[in-house]
Amino acid sequence: MKEKIISIIETYGKTPERLMDILISVQEEFRCVSEEAVSLIASELGISEADVNQTKTFYHFFTTNPVGKYSVYLNNSAVSGMMGVAEVADEFEKQAGINFGQTSPDGLISLHYTPCIGMNDQEPAALINSLVFTELNREKVRKIVADMRDGKTVESMVDEYGDGNNAHPLLKAMVKNNIRKPGPVCLGEYEVGKGINKAMSMEPKAVIEEVKSSNLRGRGGAGFPAGLKWQFCAQEKGDRYVLCNADEGEPGTFKDRVLLTERAPMVFEGMIIAGWALDAKEGIIYLRYEYRYMLEFLNSVLDDLRNKNLLGKNILGKGFDFDIRIQLGAGAYVCGEESALVESAEGKRGEPRNRPPFPVQKGYLDKPSIINNVETFCSAVKIVENGGKWYKEMGTEESTGTKLLSISGDCKKPGVYEVEWGMTIKEMLDMVEAKTTQAVQVAGPSGTCVPPSQFDRQIAIEDLNTGGSMIVIGEDRDLIKDVVLNFMEFFEDESCGSCITCRSFNMILRKQVQRVVDGKAIKPDLDNMLEWGKIMQNTSRCGLGQTAANPIATTITNFRDLYELRVKDVEFQSDFDLEKAIAESCEAVGRPPHVHE
Amino acid sequence: MSKPIVATASLAGCFGCHMSLLDIDDRILKLIELVEFNKSPIDDIKTFTKHCDIGLIEGGVCNTENLHVLKDFRNNCKILISVGECAIMGGLPAMRNGISVRECLEEAYINGVTVGENKKKIMPNDEEIPIITDKVYPLHEIVKIDYYLPGCPPRADLLWQAVVALVTGDELNIPYELIKFD
Ligand SMILES: Cc1cc2nc3c(=O)[nH]c(=O)nc-3n(C[C@H](O)[C@H](O)[C@H](O)COP(=O)(O)O)c2cc1C
Ligand code: SF4
Ligand code: SF4
Ligand code: FES
Repeated sequence: MKEKIISIIETYGKTPERLMDILISVQEEFRCVSEEAVSLIASELGISEADVNQTKTFYHFFTTNPVGKYSVYLNNSAVSGMMGVAEVADEFEKQAGINFGQTSPDGLISLHYTPCIGMNDQEPAALINSLVFTELNREKVRKIVADMRDGKTVESMVDEYGDGNNAHPLLKAMVKNNIRKPGPVCLGEYEVGKGINKAMSMEPKAVIEEVKSSNLRGRGGAGFPAGLKWQFCAQEKGDRYVLCNADEGEPGTFKDRVLLTERAPMVFEGMIIAGWALDAKEGIIYLRYEYRYMLEFLNSVLDDLRNKNLLGKNILGKGFDFDIRIQLGAGAYVCGEESALVESAEGKRGEPRNRPPFPVQKGYLDKPSIINNVETFCSAVKIVENGGKWYKEMGTEESTGTKLLSISGDCKKPGVYEVEWGMTIKEMLDMVEAKTTQAVQVAGPSGTCVPPSQFDRQIAIEDLNTGGSMIVIGEDRDLIKDVVLNFMEFFEDESCGSCITCRSFNMILRKQVQRVVDGKAIKPDLDNMLEWGKIMQNTSRCGLGQTAANPIATTITNFRDLYELRVKDVEFQSDFDLEKAIAESCEAVGRPPHVHE
Repeated sequence: MSKPIVATASLAGCFGCHMSLLDIDDRILKLIELVEFNKSPIDDIKTFTKHCDIGLIEGGVCNTENLHVLKDFRNNCKILISVGECAIMGGLPAMRNGISVRECLEEAYINGVTVGENKKKIMPNDEEIPIITDKVYPLHEIVKIDYYLPGCPPRADLLWQAVVALVTGDELNIPYELIKFD
């Protein structure tokens, strides 16, 4: 074990900044990061064991005890629930003879739950040894577990490949693209290198001006003007970095997965163009571990670009050096938050930073950095190719261009759609052939639950903003139990724990929703939940805590009836149970459990 | 016009909150002009002799005696206020909440390093003694609480402002410093 770990550490230059990669390699090699491994890594890197442990314990996919030879990470997010994950989980437990959270005694199989893995249009889905298995059902599970018992490799258990590049020799994934509607920007015609050639025929400043003129706003959810971000960064002194956010953690978003599959060169091209505009030397794409299956493929795309002299040294013979490395995450939603992403890319816990300073001032390694979403970079390529004016003609006044929507849930045609901003929810529902819709969850758990009375609202940054997640919730669903409760469990698990309010209110609020579901809540609880949500919003450091009460707030506001049906109409109620409260102590001291009033 | 009547009690608390009330210094003279005290350690009235307007309670509920007093207060006070961290969240005494009550008792009476001779391993079990509850409960989990005054203890000025606002009906003015704890 020792030699192997030392050689892993050497591969990553023996620097603590690459601790994530080191831990990932060790976990993959030994199916765990044991205490001995932690000690060894700490001493080799010259940091304390506590430093290694704090990173290690932050991420879902690092474990102290070995996971099974086959580790199953089954997605239990809301849409997976709608598509029948309970049955799939039950079958896994039956076949493997263990419960979720356990490893079989022979070490063959371990079962784990994990939040959304970016496959909402083909649920229930699971990662088995980091390969994706989609559209699971009882029969498939029986076959998978039988194959495990036969000692088959996971690769050989994937018997059918998805469309497009999913069938590429370096991908061989059963994942489907489900591109239902290509558009003129990200999923339209694309020729490798055209954007870079155009950009490098322009002054860097002019490139930034072109992006600014398009009014392109960030596609990761917050909608900050991309050109302005680049300009702010260009104004700062020091080595600049270009970071691409491919963490895609918001449940229900999977459009970046499709872009990385079908438009990987375009994503990198966007980063290279930004590198040129900012005079940066290095780019990092932060890829969520759930997309680990694409790593070799993406590295081959980078090699292709190097071979074409579009990446690496002296790009296009113009003395411009710029290279890109892929940084894997290890399972943590909050790492999609830009400053947490930077921390993680530096090998640390993904805890968001206080801002200011903003990453454009002090980002990766405290150097000026831009962080943009995958789709933002793709859009920038087309903007440079065709001009900001062309781009601005699409969409609305404030939200120019097109948006990729990842639509899932109760509809006939889940998948990825490139549409102009400004489409109404009603038009969207017609497009995906949804019938009898109870609600649409716009922008994932951190977004808004929209009721039918508001289906004429527009998908646009100025009305219903979204990073791409659109979940259609049919009439038959139990909105509070199947959706709100699931979302709150998600936030409770994913809070980084830095802020007291985010750490505790997510748990308290999740418990309250559970009480509503169990019929134990009372009417004043509803207004309390709204109040507490506001406190969490106003006192949390990052977007996670600031939006985590949204599932509750937007459903109590828009679907109050559903709650009122389930809560008791009394002013006060106590769950205090005297008999239970005194039983143990009376028994311990040996006295009858009676209270004299 | 008769003055509003105030009662106070310390349950599973340290009396720090009561001390903080005394920390209003000479305003205590104004206070007794404004209100009349009933059941309270301040005047040593042990049982309610009148129905009260305001009840101030420090400390959570850790035994059946606390429970009894709390219910008595709820029955006899129009407005009931949780005063301080212990009443609001259990506070320091609630640090035992993760440990079983049996283990706590054994530590206190049998195994603890400060326990003297207890060969027969007896734990107090006289029926006159209040029964320890399985954990320390914040007040609002047992009865309806109308207001909460945070702090450990709440600052004297906060207690003063709150009581005055309640009896005069004036708007409660809480400067940020009064509820800022770091
Ligand atoms: C909890 C949290 C998770 C986030 N996850 C992502 C993500 O997975 N992908 C993403 O692009 N942006 C995510 N963001 C937004 C980023 O912080 C940041 O705004 C974005 O990457 C900037 O790029 P853009 O301007 O191109 O959108 C997240 C924000 C928060 C608060
Ligand atoms: S709001 Fe939540 S996730 Fe964000 S920094 Fe605070 S504790 Fe961490
Ligand atoms: S809140 Fe603080 S001062 Fe008040 S009783 Fe509890 S420990 Fe004592
Ligand atoms: S001691 Fe816990 S928050 Fe201050």
